[in-house]
Amino acid sequence: MTLANPEPQALNFECETGNYHTFCPISCVAWLYQKIEDSFFLVIGTKTCGYFLQNAMGVMIFAEPRYAMAELEEGDISAQLNDYEELKRLCTQIKRDRNPSVIVWIGTCTTEIIKMDLEGLAPKLESEIGIPIVVARANGLDYAFTQGEDTVLAAMAQRCPDKAPEAEKEDRNAIAKLLNFGRKKEEVAAEESEYVNHPPLVLFGSLPDPVVTQLTLELKKHGIKVSGWLPAKRYTELPVLEEGYYVCGVNPFLSRTATTLMRRRKCKLIGAPFPIGPDGTRAWIEKICSVFGITPKGLEEREAQIWNSLEDYIQLIRGKSVFFMGDNLLEISLARFLIRCGMTVPEIGIPYMDKRYQAAELALLEKTCNEMGVILPRIVEKPDNYNQIQRIKELSPDLVITGMAHANPLEARGINTKWSVEFTFAQIHGFTNARDILELVTRPLRRNNNLKDLGWDKLVREEANV
Amino acid sequence: MKLAYWMYAGPAHIGTLRIASSFKNVHAIMHAPLGDDYFNVMRSMLERERDFTPVTTSVVDRHVLARGSQEKVVDNITRKDQEESPDLIVLTPTCTSSILQEDLQNFVQRAQLESKGDVMLADVNHYRANELQAADRTLHQIVQFYIEKARKKGELPVGKTEKPSVNIIGTTTMGFHNQHDCRELRKLMADLGIEINAVIPDGATVHELKKLPQAWFNLVPYREIGLLAANYLKEEFGIPCIDITPMGVVETARCLRAIQKVLNEQGANVNYEDYINEQTLFVSQAAWFSRSIDCQNLTGKKAVVFGDNTHAAAITKVLAREMGIHVVWAGTYCKYDADWFREQVKDYCDEVIISDDNGAIGDAIARAEPAAIFGTQMERHVGKRLDIPCGVIAAPIHIQNFPIGYKPFVGYEGSNQIVDLIYNSFTLGMEDHLLEIFGGHDTKEVVTKTISADSDLSWTREAQTELNKVPGFVRSKVKRNTEKFARDRNLSEITIEVMYAAKEAVGA
Repeated sequence: MTLANPEPQALNFECETGNYHTFCPISCVAWLYQKIEDSFFLVIGTKTCGYFLQNAMGVMIFAEPRYAMAELEEGDISAQLNDYEELKRLCTQIKRDRNPSVIVWIGTCTTEIIKMDLEGLAPKLESEIGIPIVVARANGLDYAFTQGEDTVLAAMAQRCPDKAPEAEKEDRNAIAKLLNFGRKKEEVAAEESEYVNHPPLVLFGSLPDPVVTQLTLELKKHGIKVSGWLPAKRYTELPVLEEGYYVCGVNPFLSRTATTLMRRRKCKLIGAPFPIGPDGTRAWIEKICSVFGITPKGLEEREAQIWNSLEDYIQLIRGKSVFFMGDNLLEISLARFLIRCGMTVPEIGIPYMDKRYQAAELALLEKTCNEMGVILPRIVEKPDNYNQIQRIKELSPDLVITGMAHANPLEARGINTKWSVEFTFAQIHGFTNARDILELVTRPLRRNNNLKDLGWDKLVREEANV
Repeated sequence: MKLAYWMYAGPAHIGTLRIASSFKNVHAIMHAPLGDDYFNVMRSMLERERDFTPVTTSVVDRHVLARGSQEKVVDNITRKDQEESPDLIVLTPTCTSSILQEDLQNFVQRAQLESKGDVMLADVNHYRANELQAADRTLHQIVQFYIEKARKKGELPVGKTEKPSVNIIGTTTMGFHNQHDCRELRKLMADLGIEINAVIPDGATVHELKKLPQAWFNLVPYREIGLLAANYLKEEFGIPCIDITPMGVVETARCLRAIQKVLNEQGANVNYEDYINEQTLFVSQAAWFSRSIDCQNLTGKKAVVFGDNTHAAAITKVLAREMGIHVVWAGTYCKYDADWFREQVKDYCDEVIISDDNGAIGDAIARAEPAAIFGTQMERHVGKRLDIPCGVIAAPIHIQNFPIGYKPFVGYEGSNQIVDLIYNSFTLGMEDHLLEIFGGHDTKEVVTKTISADSDLSWTREAQTELNKVPGFVRSKVKRNTEKFARDRNLSEITIEVMYAAKEAVGA
């Protein structure tokens, strides 16, 4: 993919007060403990953290989750209790009850403020109890919502093995070849011939297994082999990361992980748009192909075919406007996709904007706007929800993508909303799942179409102010 | 440090926010990091609130950590004062701000100078109080603040209302069935010829607070929230307080007799005996239900009860005293007020359990093997696991515990609702009996209903594994659509690729 030509208009970045609603980044344990099957997440924080997790995760909490709170008490805050001894007691109990392959400590606001040295305590305790302890500071002082995953993966990136067990593998292969002389050799050859010879590629970002399979197969069509995935299904299966490996992100909120992979693990980052929407997926594959000098085959047709299958949904949103209040960092990619679907986007709110990590995505956004002939959106970093609601009242967009704190009040005022968190938990990556994004986006419009003749749009009494 | 998976009562600031957001035109500003405003989500979802929750955050971030909040909190307060002109802004500390030890009181004083509305700091220690204690305390604090303010200005009304009147104290937002209870209490008071002087905090404005002393008595329906405020009013103005929860037929009558007594002491000369009698025997259905054949089937069945003080105590009494059910144990998570609970239920159950450890409660349920559980959402899930029915009687609760239909727990209509809840929780007597005799409903194996049951298509092992990852409730639909897709294209083998091609084409 080439960078967009410099157009007369450029993206406009603003920064507001940061008074906005989002989930606490510790919420990442909800999906990461399910993704990494042999892990145990210990959130070291207060009742406030526990209350959030308990309520945000609804029914999951009852399914014997592999996470728990290490609830800090007054004695911990005033250092009357010894942090090390306390953590040792709890981790020993976890080891006894669950026997995980890794314990992930999630540092919170409180551990930051009282300066509990989790990174210092972990290696000591690790060697004492014999279970790896990974420390991630996913706190609300520094991060928003999905950035929690970023802090965990950045910490995990340092635990990836740095050498493939080369000799052993070859040995085993040699023996295997001997034993299965003939048939096996053909199969191995066939297997290898499906791939182009390229340097190892590791993808990073936690996705549900079916989506991992889909994206892996999508790259396989172009002869690209995915050597590993950070995170893998199990902690014990973390991918090998040698110096010079190529890495590519699948989600827009993974900038710390990307930085860690480049600086600490000496990997080469492929900066691509993210595989969200058929346009994003194609650009993502094209970028990876171009890095490896591969000409993609049939990609254009594949994209066109997906767009065709989306037409019934696109009809519902074409020409309509969507306002992103911003809370999960997927906003740029989703806005870019929806603009390609024919929507207009007056504002993209976003908690944090890493212009380097998202550079290719931003360029694609700009290019998409120019090609679709729509005005470039204003990108508002650290938005102010109060101001945004005033702007929403002025603009009356056809759809507002927002958190649950504002969704019902906006609906009561006749404004269609879609709950933003659903985009984090739904399968939205790759060609295959483009339909699922539109299923989410169009749902409020379809629902309200069904009810539109009832005259029940505004369900609050006229407000005196304004 | 404590290893915890679940908690029954929330952190202190939730209690303060519940009080603040119950009042009209009161705004709470939390001194908290990003993400701690989860209260707004809960209120918007659970209560399906149409209005924006009047809670914002003065965000504590790295800058605040390094240099202190400085002007930030003051600015946020004065800004909110201008934007929404609330009558009162409650600055709410959280666990984070309580360890930062900033002088929030000083911020409040400075902000007060520039604000048209009142500004106050919720005086709650995160590490010593839970949600319920904090709510009780904040309500007391707000009441005291406005009584003293009115007194200073000489605006405190003198004397009582002409007719007997009541303050109902303690109905809050996110309280278990509080809105329905409140409506039922109003109706009950109207039946008794008692005027409502004020209902606080839910739906009240702070301007109403100065007229609280005009009431003849205070009614505090819930043990957890409102007693501090009522006791304050008793000390200041000698207003008698009735803290008997009118939940269940017997307790409702006891509550009404207590009201009768305090009114007659003030010269009202009322007699509610006929009303109680009429309601108990002929209007409400609960007493008649106890006598009916249905309820006979429940005799001696075992139940356990767990919840907050108010509900667990009231339900225990209803089960044991009004329905003849055997309460094996009754428990509360209000450890700070355990003595009261013991006193209330000691005659109505075999054992009392005081704990906020959900694991211990789960074990106690498994040990008791009751026929039904009455507890919180947590106990409902324990019940699911053990295959024991559960009626939810107390917070923590889910959206389904905020019904749209009228479902009070207090008063005579409340006792009807409780009967339904209890009766429906136990397996219906006769059904139970027959199932036992004949060994189940369906002993014949169910014939599979999927069209593709006799499929001629073969699934590769990978595809089959992939299919199994699809959530159960849509799996057969995915399977059917994928096979239809394959048949249309004359494919005889279904691979992962075919599966996803089908998804792309038909949304399978």
